[in-house]
Amino acid sequence: MIEIQNLNVYIKDNHILKNVNVTLPEKQITCIIGPSGCGKSTLLRTLNRLIDTTEEVRLEGRIMVDGQDSLGHDAEVTELRRKIGLVSQRPCPLPMSIFDNVAYGCRINKMFKKRRELIYHVRQNLRAVGLLDEIKGRIRTPAARLSIGQQQRLCLARSLAVQPAYILADEATSALDPISAKTVEDLFVKLKEEYSIIMVTHTLRQALRIADNVVFMYLGEIIESGPAEQVFHHPQHELTQKYLAGAFS
Amino acid sequence: MLVLTLFSVLFVAVMFVGLYLKSAPVLEGKSVWTLLTASEWRPMKGEFGFFPFITGTLWATMVAILLALPVSLLTAIYLTEYAKPVVKKFVFPALDILAGLPSVIYGVWGVLVIVPWISQRVAPHFVEFSTGYTVMAAGIVLGVMVIPLLVSLFIEIFSSVPKELREASLSLGATRWQTTRRVVLRQTLPGIMASTVLAISRAMGETIAVLMVCGCVIGVPHGLLDACYPLPALIANNYGEMLSMPLYESALMFAALILFVVVLIFNLLSRMVLYRIEKKNA
Repeated sequence: MIEIQNLNVYIKDNHILKNVNVTLPEKQITCIIGPSGCGKSTLLRTLNRLIDTTEEVRLEGRIMVDGQDSLGHDAEVTELRRKIGLVSQRPCPLPMSIFDNVAYGCRINKMFKKRRELIYHVRQNLRAVGLLDEIKGRIRTPAARLSIGQQQRLCLARSLAVQPAYILADEATSALDPISAKTVEDLFVKLKEEYSIIMVTHTLRQALRIADNVVFMYLGEIIESGPAEQVFHHPQHELTQKYLAGAFS
Repeated sequence: MLVLTLFSVLFVAVMFVGLYLKSAPVLEGKSVWTLLTASEWRPMKGEFGFFPFITGTLWATMVAILLALPVSLLTAIYLTEYAKPVVKKFVFPALDILAGLPSVIYGVWGVLVIVPWISQRVAPHFVEFSTGYTVMAAGIVLGVMVIPLLVSLFIEIFSSVPKELREASLSLGATRWQTTRRVVLRQTLPGIMASTVLAISRAMGETIAVLMVCGCVIGVPHGLLDACYPLPALIANNYGEMLSMPLYESALMFAALILFVVVLIFNLLSRMVLYRIEKKNA
């Protein structure tokens, strides 16, 4: 479980996230929704500390991941990132073969001693995202040769291969064609049995279809959060009602 | 614009033909192979062996690149992947200044600092006496000269790697160094190779600074502490008196032709390797 407590994020002099308090439950899909520029992606990047790569960033507050503060001075950032996988908006295969893309994280984290185990693990993860049969005989070819949809699933397989507990998805289907988007979306639904998924989405319909929990953000603040049924059908806050009604996007 | 483009390409061909025609007299007397492999250099007798100059050029260039490549790579990695903006703010202009310094200044620095250092500090450990005017001095001066060029090129190349690629690696639990080594360097390998070839070409053609520290002794160098006499230094040193002896002008033009061809071969080889890498990754 991830508990965000009094989180404030400043980039240069801009106050991007303002006093964020929310709990992200385990083995469910939590969708973060809100208009562009409301801080959804910043929140996601703060969860796995990728925000650290941004210049002049300042973080305040606590993010408790399985009871440990990931913003604390003694936090193991690389281990945190292994634990919280990320699938970004545009698929970004590493400049290597399909096999090496999935094996990359395993090798970095020294997960297997025997090559045979690594090969088995890579194939398992490619199968989990439905890619193994599609790329038969091409597993050693450059990942850049896959279609965009396949690349996105490869990125998901790559994240799964390091055995994370959480998966962050930053508009992971928005750059895909409708069929690929549906495939990836279905995969997330399947994966929630084993992983906690936190998903930023711009598509309300997608959130409606797959979310168990919803967090609505506006101008860096969390306006409303709770079970999807409650937020979508009985929103408490006026801003949420307006957003869901399409008054702004 | 097409005409101008063709003109610049044609210019290279015209230079090649010009050099070839000027070298023709010396080529009539002896075969190319004999000229390239002979070590005797007696212009008065009409004996022109280019082997010492070719090896001198290759030695000095090799030492320069071996020194400059790791330093430049690590500097560029530090500046693009680790350095804070304030460091970049000071280092980038400094690099530009270094790149723009006239080569004679590097030569003077070599004579005043590197040559005495080799003569007094390094050479006594290995040989009885050395003036310091050696392959090592030429290599160090050349290396230092190409570092700003290489660092600028590498920074340009590393900066072109999409941020998302680094983040993809970091988000799998990789450290920054692992990301640099396994992703950034891998992605930019063709660019690194092309830049290195450019630096090799630059080092091979460098004249004044090398001429001042290489010793200009005709002979095949057998080690870092031997003097050398690279091709550009040969041409520059003897250009004034080339008309005083028969065939001398032609021999010096042949030296220029050798330099031209060697640089051309390096460029072609690197193109071939680049093509193979790109084909493999595409």
